[in-house]
Amino acid sequence: MEKLKVLVVDDEPGIRSGVQRVLKNYTVGFPFMDEDFSFEVMDAETGESALNMITHHEIDIILLDNKLPGIQGIEVLEKINKMSLDIAVMMITSYASLEIAVKATTLGAYNFIPKPFTPDEVKSAIENISKHLFLMRMTRKMKEEGRQIRFRFLSVLSHELKSPLNAVEGYLEIMKEKQAGENITEYMSMIDRSLVRIKAMRGLIMDMLDLTRLESGKKSRKLQNVNLNYLARMAVDTVMPLAIQSNIEIITNLEDEVQLTADPDEMEIIFNNLLSNAVKYNRKNGEVQFEVKQKGNNLMIRVSDTGIGIDQEDLPKLFAEFSRIKTNETQNINGSGLGLSIVKKMVDLYRGTIDVSSQPRLGTTFKITLPII
Amino acid sequence: MMSKTEAMSRIKKMILIVDDDPDYLFQMKYHIENFGFDVITAENMKEAEKALEEKPDLAILDLMMETQDAGFVLAYKIKKQQPRLPVIIASAVAAERGINFRVETKEDKKWIKADLFIEKGIRSDQLHREIKRLLKL
Repeated sequence: MEKLKVLVVDDEPGIRSGVQRVLKNYTVGFPFMDEDFSFEVMDAETGESALNMITHHEIDIILLDNKLPGIQGIEVLEKINKMSLDIAVMMITSYASLEIAVKATTLGAYNFIPKPFTPDEVKSAIENISKHLFLMRMTRKMKEEGRQIRFRFLSVLSHELKSPLNAVEGYLEIMKEKQAGENITEYMSMIDRSLVRIKAMRGLIMDMLDLTRLESGKKSRKLQNVNLNYLARMAVDTVMPLAIQSNIEIITNLEDEVQLTADPDEMEIIFNNLLSNAVKYNRKNGEVQFEVKQKGNNLMIRVSDTGIGIDQEDLPKLFAEFSRIKTNETQNINGSGLGLSIVKKMVDLYRGTIDVSSQPRLGTTFKITLPII
Repeated sequence: MMSKTEAMSRIKKMILIVDDDPDYLFQMKYHIENFGFDVITAENMKEAEKALEEKPDLAILDLMMETQDAGFVLAYKIKKQQPRLPVIIASAVAAERGINFRVETKEDKKWIKADLFIEKGIRSDQLHREIKRLLKL
């Protein structure tokens, strides 16, 4: 059980011992919390000693009277505010003027309970403030984690965008200074490499746009009844030019009528990514099998290739952002390292699953199962 | 007067370049060979460790290879083996964008032992100057 430290600041001994008694065996729990809160109560007679206790103990909640012998409650609140401590403060006061109330609220007091109060009033106030504190801390933690993920993503992204720019710029510098002589044929391989890098960068930007779609959330999704047969055939047409270059045969097994409530753009992204991977990582004269069919209440998408395959140890990295499996075979194949992470995210949106099985040098099979709602 | 060891040493200094970007590797090799050095290259940690057996006179490492801080790890290993080998770490990620790799903390400084950090895209004459400085030429 997590213990919250409550500090009662009041010059009336009755109030201090009263709160002690009420909270002694009191616990607060919420359905969304793993464990209940219990309370450890400390007390202070004056504002001065309260501030002293705050600096020496990690106080979570303060019940603060305004009318105190030395400095007033509101001044204590002011000091707490200045130290920007993670403490929830509740004012307990008998004669609160509107002026004091407004000032206290501005300084971040959570609420007021008027004195005298019953044990139940204390309990319910403590329950509310604990919940508030928990949610505040949780929100902060999640924001912090989100920031870190975003930071990591941005630093990797800027690396991925800058590398091709540096490569092309480097070749252009060499050409500008005619470092390999006057004959343009000496520079052909540099021009070719520059074009390859630019093409890859364009691919990365396209993938980024797909990812942005995902991040922008439900608002931009256009769910409708779609016939997947049509979308699947479109995807085959898209990848065909690439397949012809390596003489790869695409064998389709598509049911005529497969209806799904989906965003057609998202389905297209899934199909395009899987098919282009199956062609890119294939061997010359290889084969791609593409199957879309309904099986019970599920939609099954299967894409297999006869390509280079993936080592068992590399499989877990496959769906991570910017992870590309680096081998001698893959080094000349362009990829942003985002495609499969996008597919995985899309599949998650439909509460589906994606499985991969692979044998090095024999080929890889991706299988997606989407529930038909 | 030339000492015996100096006379026996290689005529050309050898520079090791480690980077997983084949184009960057090609260009660096191109420039540095033009400066008049011998160059050996490696595309990953494993190749780099093997290349170190050739006893290069200076190493230029990419920061982000297999992992985000592979360059730091490699620099650490090199300095442990050959403390006097000058190490340059090159990065495509610039500090001016607010994205840096926090080498500022004392703890990081303790284990990250590079003699120089450069940004990829540094002008080749600048690079030449820095290499000559580190090799005391």
